[in-house]
This record gives sequence, structure tokens and C-alpha cells, in this order.
Amino acid sequence: MEIYIASISIMLAAIPVLGVWAIADSLLAPKKSRYRMANICGAGLAAIACLVGFAGAVCGPWDFSIKAEHAHFAWGLPFGSLTLAIDPLSRLFLLPIYGLGLVCALSGAAALKHENAREHNLAAHWFFYNLLLLGMALVACAADGVLFLLAWEIMSLAPFFLIDFNDRDSKVRDAAWVYLTAAHLGAIFLMAFFIGLWQLTGQTGLDPAITANALKDVSPRTCSLLFILALVGFGAKAGLFPMHVWLPDAHPAAPSHVSALLSGAMINMGLYGVIRSTGLLAGPAGTAPGILGLIPGWWGWLVLVIGLCTALIGIIKALGQGNLKRLLAYSSVENMGLMFIGLGCGLIGISSGDAWIALLGFAGALLHMLNHAGFKGLLFLCAGEVLHSAGTLRLELLGGLQARMPLTGILFAIGAAAIACLPPLSGFTGEFALFMALANGASATGVEKQLGLLLSLGLLALVSGLACALYVKAYGMAFLGKPRSGFAQNAHCPPFNGVWPLLLPAAACIAGGLLAPQFFHMAAATAMQAAPLPGQLLGECLTSAAAIEPAFIYISIGGIGLTGLVVVVWLLRKACLRWRIVLNRETWGCGYQASSARIQYSEGSFSEPLARIFGPVMGLTLRGEPVRGIFPGLASLGLSAPDRIRNHVFTPLFEGIEKVCNACKIIQHGKIHLYIVYILVTVVGLLVWGLK
Amino acid sequence: MLFSNIILLLLLNDLLLLAAPGITWLIRLTAFQGILLGSLLFDMEHALLAGAVLGIKGILLPLLLARTYKHIGKREKTHHLNLGVAVVMGMLGLIFSLWLEHNLPLMPDIFPVLLLPAAITTLFCGLILVVGRATALSQVIGYLVAENGIFLLGTPLMAAGAIWFELALLLDIFVAVFVMGIAIGHIGEKFDSIDTARFRSLRD
Repeated sequence: MEIYIASISIMLAAIPVLGVWAIADSLLAPKKSRYRMANICGAGLAAIACLVGFAGAVCGPWDFSIKAEHAHFAWGLPFGSLTLAIDPLSRLFLLPIYGLGLVCALSGAAALKHENAREHNLAAHWFFYNLLLLGMALVACAADGVLFLLAWEIMSLAPFFLIDFNDRDSKVRDAAWVYLTAAHLGAIFLMAFFIGLWQLTGQTGLDPAITANALKDVSPRTCSLLFILALVGFGAKAGLFPMHVWLPDAHPAAPSHVSALLSGAMINMGLYGVIRSTGLLAGPAGTAPGILGLIPGWWGWLVLVIGLCTALIGIIKALGQGNLKRLLAYSSVENMGLMFIGLGCGLIGISSGDAWIALLGFAGALLHMLNHAGFKGLLFLCAGEVLHSAGTLRLELLGGLQARMPLTGILFAIGAAAIACLPPLSGFTGEFALFMALANGASATGVEKQLGLLLSLGLLALVSGLACALYVKAYGMAFLGKPRSGFAQNAHCPPFNGVWPLLLPAAACIAGGLLAPQFFHMAAATAMQAAPLPGQLLGECLTSAAAIEPAFIYISIGGIGLTGLVVVVWLLRKACLRWRIVLNRETWGCGYQASSARIQYSEGSFSEPLARIFGPVMGLTLRGEPVRGIFPGLASLGLSAPDRIRNHVFTPLFEGIEKVCNACKIIQHGKIHLYIVYILVTVVGLLVWGLK
Repeated sequence: MLFSNIILLLLLNDLLLLAAPGITWLIRLTAFQGILLGSLLFDMEHALLAGAVLGIKGILLPLLLARTYKHIGKREKTHHLNLGVAVVMGMLGLIFSLWLEHNLPLMPDIFPVLLLPAAITTLFCGLILVVGRATALSQVIGYLVAENGIFLLGTPLMAAGAIWFELALLLDIFVAVFVMGIAIGHIGEKFDSIDTARFRSLRD
């Protein structure tokens, strides 16, 4: 516990220092040396805090029987309390926060070094970066509803300023506003949820044993209402369909190290919140009997269906994107969908008393969360390097970057392979757990459950396949082939001192696959501690965990074997070719001497077959002139994927609200003497009303 | 007897203030109201305070206002609200304050007869002046009249020690009107008008 408090204290100390620095910076004339100093100090403080916290989160045993450690502090407010608690669930979510926080701080410091000192206030940037880390760490540790909401608000506000880094660009400003609106609309639901919980339980603490006990006499309908409030509120942060619209705007607009942190760590807090709130509503694992009746079956199905929709929409929209970071942002939506599929599966398992489905669902969601933090952080940071080197992220202008920036290319390939769930990398293990959970649907009681779970299995397989295609597109378009434009042609190789932090998440991607049993053990122990499992189901979960563990050991052995084989074959090849002359021809050259970049697949043509299948359903549109005849003339093909939810639901909704608000401006006309009339009328009205 | 006569004069003065056509008349009537207030206090045997009120509200402030008016020296549209309507509103205020006296749960024997309605009517008339008049100067006068109403409300609660408090309040009002007078003078110089309706072009 002390170590977390130490890391939080470092951030608490860093924030006022950087705040004062930021104010001083905005008053004084810009100076290059001060700018560099702010960059080093701000990133350094964040990195130290993260390193301390990460060490605390990694060290120590992982076991489902570990009890939460509490720490109380003085608190000046009349309600709530400053109570922090660390249990395995908090620790598991702190891992990506601190881990990615460290990597992104290091990588961000290297990337921001060359920015213009006149345009940016770096002390302010790192101030908000530290604030975001503090907010996330507090959200993960808060053991009190009021503290949780405060931390949530800090965590939601800080990214607004981080996204708005390049605030001269109107698109960036718009994205930041969309983010802020989405974050606060979600927060409204969370406030309703926590206030409801407070009113029903009579206390603001977040101990599942106490809240669930106090909620025993509350009607199931009220509990379900609270659950829906939590799902909507936390889902807005996680980017669940249909509240995902802020993500594809915010992530491309933000600097890459910020997008990596937001995508890899912050949106996870939505998942964290939903898991926590199910525990609060249904009770802690293993202690409260009779809770089986409290979790209605439809909770799990609702989460599962939302997760499936999110994953499908995310992956298909991602396929239609031409901007690398936008593509990654939609892919984050898809991965959050996968995590919620696991969560829904787990809830279905609990309500139907199936330990295997419950355990693997929850553990799969948590495992995938950990893995996703690793590879998505890596991919966003690589995208940042691409932007820095080539000056653009539009896939139609990239190509051939592997030869120009080899290390970044290899790292991106590792991340892409991991997120496409290829063994022996980390993505495979999480999805393996999810598949095993859904596959057990065949033995569930009731045809509708069997059908539902097996159908979900099919859809999950579809999503995984599409993810593979997506990352073939992302890596292939950007790094392989020939450069499609001068941007890619003239891309320079980023210096190693900027790229080395990316080795850490890459190592995590590899470790996640090779150390699969250890990672699964962590996730399973956390799941058994955090999920609202009734007593006898907990025992069955332990046997299920023991039964599935060998599979992860095989994955690990297979992965190590495969890696070894690749290394051996590579060395063998090198040895065989040692005495021969090797000719390198152009990619896609196909033996021709004068090939051109134009004969490569274009970004649109790669996705065209999938767009033809999914286009009508998902709103992908193909445009351009098709190839006609034996000797075709000029032809072109483009793919656009406008967000229908945003264009047809949210935009009209907010325009309507704006109209109503504008209509209300009639009473705000600027005539001061009439404002006094308002006051007079109100006072007289209140007097009359009070005296009646 | 003198007391109720003064109250009656105060009420009449209020209505006349609402009906006053120009700023000159407004200033004269404000001065008269200050004198009435002073004599009321004299009647209630607060001689020191009565002298101060007479000095500040009856002489000093009206002189200051008259000086500012002379300094600006412009004849322009002075009211948004028809004067007749303003008087009717003042009468409605009188009726409301009588109703209030009847309905307000007050401790018995605090307020002498008719003091409460007179005070509240004065307050209302001040606010109607603020709302109904166009120039900043007449709004200051409205503010002063409203303050007189509040002052009247306070008079029966005055114990021996509260006099200093009341004096401090008077000083406050004096400074406020003084500053406003100067500010209005400057506004009149800079913007060529002290019509408050035009101030809204200053909003963002």
C-alpha cells in the first residue's frame, strides 16, 4: 500500500510544481532552454511516479484470497471519505496505467523535444499528463463513491487539455470538445449511479460486502436500473456502441503518446467501473449466498450483445479508415467490445451457474485488457514515429517504410501480429480464453443459451478474422511495398534514443504470449476475487482454473518452440546464404524491371471486397470509377466510412439542443434594467408564495 | 401625529418621484426624501443620526447629483416606462406592501403603524425607477431611493449602539453614490450618452 501512496505522492508533488511552471511559462517570453527543461522535468516526474507505482503493482503475490488493503486520510468534506483500497482488481488495472504511463512519458519527451517552443507550453502539457495519471490511479484505488467521482472527473478533464495540444488546428479543437461532451454526458450517469447507491445503502463507501448487504431488500428492478446507469456511464468512457463516437476523433487529434495512454489505459477504466459496479450491486466473491437470484440473466446478455455490436462496428469501421491513427482508434473500439464480450459471458456464467463460462469470461476480459494495453500502446507510439518521420498518417501516401525505419517497422509488426491474435504473441491468449468460454456454450442448459453463446462464438471468430485483415492492411500499406508518395520516399529513420521506450511494450507483447500461464493466473485470480461469484461457484471456478491452466502452459511451450524454430531457421538461412550473392529486387516487382508504386494495392482496393460484403449494413461506401472493358481507361477506387451513429443520431440531437438553447437566449438580451425586473418579479413571487 | 404625517408625505413623495418628468425634479424630490427621513429620525429621538441623514441624504448627495447632471448637461430620452404606468406600478407596490404588513409574521410592537408599508413602497419605487428610467444618473437615484427604503426598515430596530452601524452604512452609501457619480460623469464624456440601453453594445 505504501508504495502506491508514494507514487501518488510524487504525482501530487509534481502537479503544483508543473502548474506554477506552466503559469510562469505563459507569462515569460518563450525560451528554448526553459522549454527543454520543462519537457525533461515533467516527463521525468511522471516516469518516476509510474516506475514506483509499477513496481508496487507487479511485486507481491496474486491470489484470489488476498484481501483489500485500506488506507484512510483526513478529508475536509462533510460526506464521503478519503479512503484508498488496493485489491487484485485495482492492481491489475494499475499495471497498464503505470506501465504505459512510463513508456508514454519517455516516448513523449523524446517526441516533444523538437516542437516549437513558441507554440506550446510544455509545462502545462506535463502538468495535465501527471494530472491524468493521478486521476486514473485514484480511480483504480478509490474506496469511496465521492472520492471515485472526484477522481473520475480529474481523469476525464485532463485529457481534454492533452488532446488539445495542437490547438491551432480547428479539427483538433473540435475533437477535444467532442471528447469533453462525451466524458461529461457519461459522468452524469455515473453521478446518478453513485447518488442512487448512496441513497439506497446510506453510506458512500465502496465495499461490496456492505453495499450488497444493504441492497438485499431493494427491488431487483431498482438494482437493474442502477446497473444500466453504470453501464451507460462507464460505457461512454470505454467507447461502447453507440457511445463510441468520441474515440475516432479524439485519438487521431491527440499527440501519439497521449493517444497511446488514452487508448491503452484510460478507456480501460470503463471496464474497471462496470466490473466494480457489478460487485457493488451483487456482493463480493464467495461470501454472500443467495446472490445467484440477484444477478438477472439479461444483464449478461445485454453486455454480451453490446460487446458484440461494439466489436463488429469497430472492426468494420476500422477497415474503412485511411488514416493510421483513426484506424487504430476504431480498433480500440473493437477491442473494448471484445473485453465486454468476456464480461457479458462471465455474467451469463454466474447467472446460469456455469463456473467455466464465468471464470473464463471474466479472466478473458481482464487478460485481453492487459494485452491490449501493451499492443495498442505500442501501435500508437509507432504511428507517432511514422507521423514524425514521414509527416503524414494517410495510408494512401505511405508505403515502403520498413526499409526506411527498420526498427519502428519491426516493432509495429510485433504489435500488429499481437493485436491480430497470432501466436505466440500476447493477443492470442486473451482471445483463447474468450473462445474457450463461449465454446462451452454448447454445454449450457437451454437451447436459447446454447444458440446465443455459439452464435457469439461465430461472431467473435469473424471479428478476429477481420482484425487479422485489418492489421495486414495497416502494416502492409504503411511499411511494405514501395513508397506511394514523396512523404514516404523522404521519410527519415528516427534516432534510437527516441524509439527505445517502444521496446518495453513490444517486450510485453512477447512476454504476454510466452508467459501465458503466469498472465492467465493473474487474470483468473483477479476474476475470482472481483467477480460476484456465489460461494459454491467459487469452488467450481478453482477447479476450472486448474483444468484450463495446462492449455496455457501448452500455448507457452508452443510459443517458445515456435520462436526458437524461427530463430533457428533464420540463422540457418543466414548461414546458407553466407557464401552466395543475394539480389534484392523491388517488392511487387514480379520480375518486371520498371515497376511502379501505382501497381500496388491501394488503401481502398485492399478493403474493397470486405466493403462489398459489409458495406450496406455498416455504412461503408465505395466511390470511384470501376475498371470496364478489356482495355480499361482511367479507373479509381476509394472507400469512405462515415460514422452513421454520429451523423444521423448525435449530430441532429445536439443541433436540436443548440436550437432550443438559442431560443432561450431571448431572455438574455443585455438590457440590465430588465434583468432587475427579473430579480424583482422573482423576489415578489417568492414572498407571495412563501406567505400564502 | 407628526410621525404619521411624515409617513404620508414619504408615500406621496414616492409616487411623485415616479411621476417626475426630468432629472432636475428627481434630484429635488430625493433631497426632500432625505429631509423627510431626517425629520422622522428626529421624531424618533435619534438626533445625531437625524443630523447625519439630513446632511448626507438631504444636502450632500443631491448636490453631488446636481453637479454631475450639470457636468453632463444633456437632454435625451429619460425613461423606458410611461410615467403613468410607473405611478400605477408604484400604487400596486403600495397595495402589495399593505398586504405584506397584514400577512408577514412579525413580532408585535416592533414596527410603528404604516412604517413597514412605507419602507417597502419606497424600496419598490426605487427599483421601479432603476427599471423604468433610461439614464444612468436616474438609475443611481433609484438606487438611492431603494436604499432609503431599506434604511426605513432598519429604523425601528435601532438600539443605542446600532447608531454607529447606521452611520457607517450612511458613509457607505455616500461613497457608493460618489463613485457612481464620478463614473457616470466619465461615461458621459467617453460615450456621449449615459443611456443604459446603449451599454449592451458593450457585451460580448
